[in-house]
Amino acid sequence: MTSESIHTPHPGTGPRRLGTVIGGSHSSGVDVKVDGDSSIEDIRVGSHVTIRSTSTRFFGMITDVSLKSTDPSLASQTQHSSNQLFIEILAGTTAYGVFKVRPRLVLPNVLGGNSEMLSKVRSVPVHFSPVIEASEADYATVFGQEDGRHFWIGSPLDIETKICLDMNTFVQRSNGVFGKSGTGKSFLTRLLLAGIIQKTDAVSLIFDMHNDHGWQGRDRERGLRPKGLKQLFPSRVTIFTLDAQSSLRRGVQFESEIQIPYADIEPEDVELLASTLNITDNGVQAVYRLARHLGRQWLKKFLEFSNAKDLNSLAEEIQEAPSTLSALRRRLERLERMPYLTKDSLADPLGSILDFLQRGTHIVLEFGDHRSLADYILVSNLLTRRIREKYIQWTQHAATTNQSEPRPLVICIEEAHAFLDSSIGAETTFGAIAREDRKNNITLMVVDQRPSSLDPDVISQIGTRIIYPLDNDRDIASALSGAPDSGELRGVLAGLDAQQQALVFGYAVPTPIVVKVREYGSPDSYRQLVDSAMYSASSSYDEKGRDLLFP
Amino acid sequence: MGGPKRIAEVIETSSDSFTSQCYTFDGALPLGSFVSVGNPSTYAVISNIMSGPLDPGRRVIARGSHEESEDSLFLNHPQLEHLLITRMEAVIIGYDGADKIYHGLPPLPPRLHSFVYTCETNTIEALTEQFNFLQLLTSTQSTTRDEAVASCLRQASLAHPQPREFLLAAGRALAQDLSEDLRRLNALIWRITR
Repeated sequence: MTSESIHTPHPGTGPRRLGTVIGGSHSSGVDVKVDGDSSIEDIRVGSHVTIRSTSTRFFGMITDVSLKSTDPSLASQTQHSSNQLFIEILAGTTAYGVFKVRPRLVLPNVLGGNSEMLSKVRSVPVHFSPVIEASEADYATVFGQEDGRHFWIGSPLDIETKICLDMNTFVQRSNGVFGKSGTGKSFLTRLLLAGIIQKTDAVSLIFDMHNDHGWQGRDRERGLRPKGLKQLFPSRVTIFTLDAQSSLRRGVQFESEIQIPYADIEPEDVELLASTLNITDNGVQAVYRLARHLGRQWLKKFLEFSNAKDLNSLAEEIQEAPSTLSALRRRLERLERMPYLTKDSLADPLGSILDFLQRGTHIVLEFGDHRSLADYILVSNLLTRRIREKYIQWTQHAATTNQSEPRPLVICIEEAHAFLDSSIGAETTFGAIAREDRKNNITLMVVDQRPSSLDPDVISQIGTRIIYPLDNDRDIASALSGAPDSGELRGVLAGLDAQQQALVFGYAVPTPIVVKVREYGSPDSYRQLVDSAMYSASSSYDEKGRDLLFP
Repeated sequence: MGGPKRIAEVIETSSDSFTSQCYTFDGALPLGSFVSVGNPSTYAVISNIMSGPLDPGRRVIARGSHEESEDSLFLNHPQLEHLLITRMEAVIIGYDGADKIYHGLPPLPPRLHSFVYTCETNTIEALTEQFNFLQLLTSTQSTTRDEAVASCLRQASLAHPQPREFLLAAGRALAQDLSEDLRRLNALIWRITR
C-alpha cells in the first residue's frame, strides 16, 4: 500500500487543500466535497478559497457548510456508531461534508498579479477541481498590499495576513459602518479615519458626539482609554469644541470653541429637530412662515415675543393659530438653553472650519457635555448644510473656470438614523449628500446601529459597507440590501463573532470579505498606525506625533 | 516456514476465477486466503470451499454410527481419503507482469492442472497495496463473497506494518464501491472490525 492512500496527504505547511468540486452552478455557487483527511469542522463560513480549474483560478467565499450521505438510510444505520473504526471509515466516504463556494473573481494566472488584473466570474470550475484555502499571495492579489493607497484594516479569518482597503476608492463614495452596540464600530471608524488621513488627499469632518475620536475617550467595556486622532496625527488633525469647559477638563488640545449664531438656524434645522423637540407638523409649517415673515433673524426675534398679546398679533400677521405659535415658542425655548447658540450675529463658526479643511487639516468637532440628540442634530445639520453650500459653489466655480476642485470631504456622522430617517432622510442635507454629492466632492461616513431606520434611498447609495453583527432581522436586511447574494451574506453575518469581526463589501473591495479588524488601543497598535504613514503617498509621516506617543 | 506450499491443482478455470482440487481431503486454506497459481503467477483469493465424493455418481453415506470419534472413522475407513475430495473456488485478483504485480484479470486464465501455492507475507503486502481487487471480490454472485472479503482483509492487515490504518483505508475503498448499499456495507465493515 502506498503511504499516500493511508496517511495524511498534505503534511506540509502551505495552504491546505480542503476539498474537490463535485457540482454546482454559476447562479447558486459551487458544491465542494470535503477531502477525506480534512475535517468539516475546519471549514468556516466566510473564509476564502481558491479553486484551481483547468486553465483558470477562481477566488471565492465559503457561504455554507452541510453534512450529506450517499445513502438516505444512513440515519437508520447508527447501531455501530460507538465503533471508532467504523465511524472513521464512513466519515468522508458514505457520510461526508459539503461546502458551498461562491466564486466571485478570476485570479490572474501570473505570480504577483494585482487587483487590476482580476476579472468577474462568468463560468464555473470543472468537476474535481481542487479547492485550496486562499494564501497570503492570493489575498494580496485581490485586496492589495499596504502602500500609498492601501490601508491595512484587519486580517482574514483563517490566516494572519493583511487585508487592505484602497482608501482613495473608499472615499469616492459614501460609506457605512453598521453594527449593534459594543461591537467595535467606534474603533473601526477611527481606524478608517486614520486611513483617510494617511492615504488620501481627502479631508474629514467628524461630528464626535461621544468625544472619543479627537482626544482619548473611554471604553468602559474594555477598560481602555484609546487615543484619539489628534494624539496620533497632531499636525493633521484639529479639534473644535462646542463645550470648552468639558474639553479643558479632559485635557483636550482644541483649536477653538464653536459658537453658532441664532441667525444661522433655518427652518430646515427645526424640521429635522421636530420629533426631538416635540414640534407638530403645524408647528413646522409655522416656522417656515415665521422665517419668511421675520427674515434671517427669525428665531431671535420670535423668542423675543414674550407676552401673549404680541404673540397673538404676530399670529394674525402670518395667519397662524395663536395656540400653534405659543406652543412652538415653548418648544423653541429649549434652544435658548443651548449655550453654544449665541445671539451675536457676527460669530462665524464656518469660516475657520472651511479654512482648515481646505488646508488639508481634518476636523473633529467635540460636543463636550452637550451630547443630547437635539444638540447633535442641530449642530451637525446646520454646519453641514452651510459647508455643502460652499462646496457646491466651489465645484461649480471650478467647473466654469477650469480651476482645481475643492479637496474631497468626508463627513462622519454617528447615530446617523437621526439625520437619515426614512421619513425625512430623502429631504435633508445629509440625504442629499448621500444621494448626489459625490460630484460635489462630499461623501458621508455613516455610523449607525439601526440601519433599518435609514432611508432606503440613502442605503442604496452607500458605496462600501462594513457590517458588524446585528441582531434585528430588519437591520440585517437593510444593511445587506442591494448586496450581491445577500441571502448568502446573511449566513456569513450570522456567523461573525460578537466583537472585532466585520463583513466588508461594496465599492472599495473587489469581493465581500470577513475581516478580523486590526487592534486599536495598545501601544503597539499606535506604533503600527503611525509607522504605516511611511507608506503614505503624501508626506504625512508625523514625526512629531511619533515622538509624542513614544517618547 | 519453508516458502510457498503447494496445496492444490486447478481443475476448472475461467478468466475471472478457477476451481482447484486440494491434494488432501482436509488440505483447504481458510476462506479469504491468498493463493498463487502457475508461472508467471496468477493471484487469487479463496471465495468458497466445497467437499464431496470423487465420483459424483456415488453419494457420500454416513458411516460413523459405531465409531467413537470422527478421527477413528477415518482411521477405520482409510479409503475415504481417496474417495472424498475438497475443492476451493478462487476469485482472480492479479497477476505477475514483466516487472511487477498487476491488479486485475490476466490476459489468459490459469492453465488446467496448474499448481496452487500459498502466498507469502511480502506477496500479500504487495497484492494489497491498492484496493482495486476489492471490486472483483465484491462483484461476484457467491453468497460467501462478503465473508471472504472480510476474512481476506483481516489476513492482509497482518501483512502490513500498521494493520488498523490498513483496515481503515480498505474500509474507505469499500465504502466508495458500495456507497449505494449501506446495509451491505455496514455488515461488511462490522465483519472487518469485529
